[in-house]
Amino acid sequence: MLSPEGESARRIDGLWWLMFWISVVVFAAVAGLMAVAIVRRRRRGPEVDASEPRWGDPFVVIAGVIVPAVILTSVLVVSARDMVAITNAGDAQLTIEVIGHMWWWEVRYPGGVETANEIHVPVGETVRFEVSSVDVIHSFWVPELAPKVDMIPGRTNVLDVRAERPGTSRGQCAEFCGLQHANMALFVVAEARAEFDPWLRNEALPAPVPGPGATAGLGILLDSSCVGCHTIRGTEASGTLGPDLTHVAARQTLAAGTIANTHENLAAWISHPQSIKPGAVMPPTDLSPQELSAVVEYLEGLT
Amino acid sequence: MASYAERLEPVWREGSGLASWVGTVDHKRIGLRYLYTGFAFFVIAGLEAMLMRVQLARPELAVLSPQAYNELFSMHGVTMMFLFATPVLSGFGNYFVPLMIGARDMAFPRLNAFGYWVFLGAGFFLNSAFIIRQAPDDGWFNYLPLANANFTPSLAIDFYALGLIFIGVSTTSGAINFIVTILKLRAPGMTLNRIPIFVWGELAFALTVVFALPALTIASVFLELERRFGFHFYDAAGGGDPVLWQHLFWFFGHPEVYLVVLPALGLASAIIPTFSRRTMIGYTYIVLAELFIFVISFGVWVHHMFAVGLPTIAMGFISAASFMVVIPSGTQIFAWLATMVSGRLVLSTPMLFVLGFILLFVIGGLSGAMFSAVPFDQATTDSYFVVAHLHYVLVGGAVFPMFAGLYHWGPKILGRKLDERLGKISFWLMFVGFNLTFFPMHIAGLLGQPRRTYTYHEGLGWDLPNLLSTMGVFVMGAGILVTFWNWLRSEHQGELAGDDPWGGETLEWTTGSPPPEYNFETIPTVRSREPAWDQPELHGGAQPPEQGGRPLTAGHTTLSTSVTDAEPQAIVRMPHASPWPMFLTLALMLTFYGMLLSSWGVAVAGAAASVGALMGWLWPRGETQET
Amino acid sequence: MTVAAHELEPTERLDEVLPSNANGSASFAWWGMVWLIATEAALFGTIIVSYWYLRFRSAPAWPPDGIAKPELVLPLIMSAILWSSSIPVHVADRAGREGDERTLRIGLLIGWVLGAAFLALLLTVEYPEVLREFTPRTNAYGSLFFTLTGLHGLHVAAGLSFSAWVQVRAWRGAFDAQRHVSVQNFAMYWHFVDVVWLFVLLTIYLSPHL
Repeated sequence: MLSPEGESARRIDGLWWLMFWISVVVFAAVAGLMAVAIVRRRRRGPEVDASEPRWGDPFVVIAGVIVPAVILTSVLVVSARDMVAITNAGDAQLTIEVIGHMWWWEVRYPGGVETANEIHVPVGETVRFEVSSVDVIHSFWVPELAPKVDMIPGRTNVLDVRAERPGTSRGQCAEFCGLQHANMALFVVAEARAEFDPWLRNEALPAPVPGPGATAGLGILLDSSCVGCHTIRGTEASGTLGPDLTHVAARQTLAAGTIANTHENLAAWISHPQSIKPGAVMPPTDLSPQELSAVVEYLEGLT
Repeated sequence: MASYAERLEPVWREGSGLASWVGTVDHKRIGLRYLYTGFAFFVIAGLEAMLMRVQLARPELAVLSPQAYNELFSMHGVTMMFLFATPVLSGFGNYFVPLMIGARDMAFPRLNAFGYWVFLGAGFFLNSAFIIRQAPDDGWFNYLPLANANFTPSLAIDFYALGLIFIGVSTTSGAINFIVTILKLRAPGMTLNRIPIFVWGELAFALTVVFALPALTIASVFLELERRFGFHFYDAAGGGDPVLWQHLFWFFGHPEVYLVVLPALGLASAIIPTFSRRTMIGYTYIVLAELFIFVISFGVWVHHMFAVGLPTIAMGFISAASFMVVIPSGTQIFAWLATMVSGRLVLSTPMLFVLGFILLFVIGGLSGAMFSAVPFDQATTDSYFVVAHLHYVLVGGAVFPMFAGLYHWGPKILGRKLDERLGKISFWLMFVGFNLTFFPMHIAGLLGQPRRTYTYHEGLGWDLPNLLSTMGVFVMGAGILVTFWNWLRSEHQGELAGDDPWGGETLEWTTGSPPPEYNFETIPTVRSREPAWDQPELHGGAQPPEQGGRPLTAGHTTLSTSVTDAEPQAIVRMPHASPWPMFLTLALMLTFYGMLLSSWGVAVAGAAASVGALMGWLWPRGETQET
Repeated sequence: MTVAAHELEPTERLDEVLPSNANGSASFAWWGMVWLIATEAALFGTIIVSYWYLRFRSAPAWPPDGIAKPELVLPLIMSAILWSSSIPVHVADRAGREGDERTLRIGLLIGWVLGAAFLALLLTVEYPEVLREFTPRTNAYGSLFFTLTGLHGLHVAAGLSFSAWVQVRAWRGAFDAQRHVSVQNFAMYWHFVDVVWLFVLLTIYLSPHL
């Protein structure tokens, strides 16, 4: 809101400003009448006035029923038109599944591509998001692009989004989902097809083969508890409780938008996630500092 | 021949010992207890909010752990809605409805006492969760599946569900009491179109409770059965649906907020004529508007669920109904403004709070109208924009009228005037502090800050609004404390008020400050909507029998009148003080704690004790008609 | 326990006298019962709406998960028993208003026996039979079945206690033509419980067959 990057958000922005200015006028009218009452208060009159001024009832009916009814009906019409337009945003050329977890976002593209917490979309095309949840109710909300839609276990909801310009938009879970609801963010990167298609092709590839310096890290990782939760396609790591890490180094952030994806942060996140995101499902690691360093070096190669 | 007062006083006097304290059935004492206890919970919930605001003053602070924050925001909502707003408005209603309608008490005095004791007991029950650090932590609307036994195995949600069922007993008994009182105990001559608007507001509140609260009760019963015994109502795997909770909760939850606002609007309507020195313009429209709100408020609950993925057509209908329900609120506002403009405003503290209320409630109503637009709602629900909206309507629309009520009726309750200067200081601190706290939240919401988040990241543009909000809460808190100080100080040091310090128009101003136990020496016959202005013989609270007053000094009695025309039908004997309401409450507390802790022996013992206490209560003693 | 002799009391407003006993719609207690029934009706309404909501959202087969459609013979017999109990209760109510103590006592007693028979059949025959096929923990259908019929059964039990209390007082001569609002209140409550059973029968037992 207030800086729309998507078609739906732009419509809502227009609706907002219409309602905002109507509200300013209404508030001014109320405040104005109040000011008149305050200014007139010292004029002379009976101790108690029991007269019924002839303008009384008409005023109440006109100002208090008819005018509001006209204004509200007009806004209803505009809003209904916008609601229909947003719901029928046009045929989607791409469908992306987003599944809410406590407290991260599982993202699936057609053709078996799986990633987490960062979504790329082609600019200027309608993308259909199909959202659900594996645990509690979350809500998929990227304010610059589109309204929110709840992610409810046992059902699939649909949201059509069309990014109008290239750029990165931040989203955050908008339905209270427990301890780390505050740290469940995501990023949507809108880019031209010239950038999007290579990105998607890369995401479809299995994990890059580690260079000589990172092979040890892969070995340590496969022996550690990490593989109980994480998948790295192309290796034996196939856990499904946590995010897919196949191309984790290509992501801008870690821990669902909580920290930037840097060397120090990655090491810190693996070694003591609880101090960054207390209550997160990821347990602290029992790797030694050298083992940790090796694993981080391997993961940094997963572009 | 002794005067009426001399004959009535020994019959109605309750004494001052422990027995009287435990067993009082005097609606004024009970009403005052509701006020004091309700405002105590207000302070507790306010402190919870202050802690939250300290945590959110800057990004990524660690003043509170996520768990602590989640408990605080949940209990803040639960406490404010169930232990403060409704009880305080019931407290004003309890004290002033019988006085305004010319009755000697509520219809069911012992039930009235019971309602208070259960309120106190349930409030204690809910807050005792903090002692074991298992306070409800899933928000005041407690969505599933997060609230089920799988995701929240602790007692937190059981405190919530059982606590709400428990307080529901109090709210329901209070509501039935208000309805029967307003229908059947009005002074002769008080036809429907002479009923004070505040009384209409309390009637609308009570009717809403009767029809809306059961949805919450059943929702909570379902939740406990599912959590404790493995029933299936809300789990998709067992054929249930988590969205069912949302429907049940909001079917109650939306009428609930009108249930809070309607008596508050009625309170404003009690003050505006007095402080505009004229009769209310548009009385009929105001009453019809309140009843219209009551009816339509049952048809809009789905607007709390616009992001759930419901069919577009259904959302369209609810959207239209939600826009429609804005209209009657607007009608009342313009009726008030017409009254104020054509009157001569007196800007004493009660009126200042009413003016502040109107401005804040209009802002809240405008932002609320915006939420009727489905796309806008889907963009801003669950963000700080809705937090701003709800506080503008609840604080602006209910708390400000309550403070107006404290200043307006304080002299009647205490017998002494409150200090005007302190009153004005309190008003300005509260008005400025409130806006400083909550206006920036509109902006934070529009910038994308979700609600119920224990922290936020810097660089998103949310830092400044949050800092301003935190500063504002201390200014508002100071303003609130000034009024409490004013009240406590005036209890003993205030200037004596006399019967009618403001020149009011309704019946409470015709009798003493504070009123005698029996309220009026003679039950008056009313011939006007503004009896204190139009019938001078009423002042002194002893309308002579030749002009319609009925002394009824023979016993502990009041008058039963017909529903529409308030024709006298019977003389009804009222019960004296009784300890059984409190005993029943203690037995119920035992039952609820037993259920909470799964100690079924304790629960059964509590249930048996409850039956026993109920029998003790109902045992015929020749006091009332039931010999 | 004797009844006070005078029915009219002076209001001390000139020569005016008013009844000192209130029954029916002149009585506060009567109105209290009316509104209690209103809120209880909303309670049952909520459960019934929840039933229809969950049924509407589940797969077409209802009852789900292979549970057989409900047997009707016993519930219909129970209905006949419960609804017929309203007749003696109504007769007792009228008798109370006319001061016919004997008919009042007998009517209440017969009504109590029929109500108790209904409850006994529910607890000793219907429930054990149903529990052989599903329990409240089986699925939402089971939970709704037992919650709705169980809450109704609790209301029948409460009604039987109410009736017992009124009967004890009736046998001790507490009621006459001027004082009988407790009988009216009990009758109102009992008829309400019967009407609720109609909705329970329609929802739980009959609707799966339609």
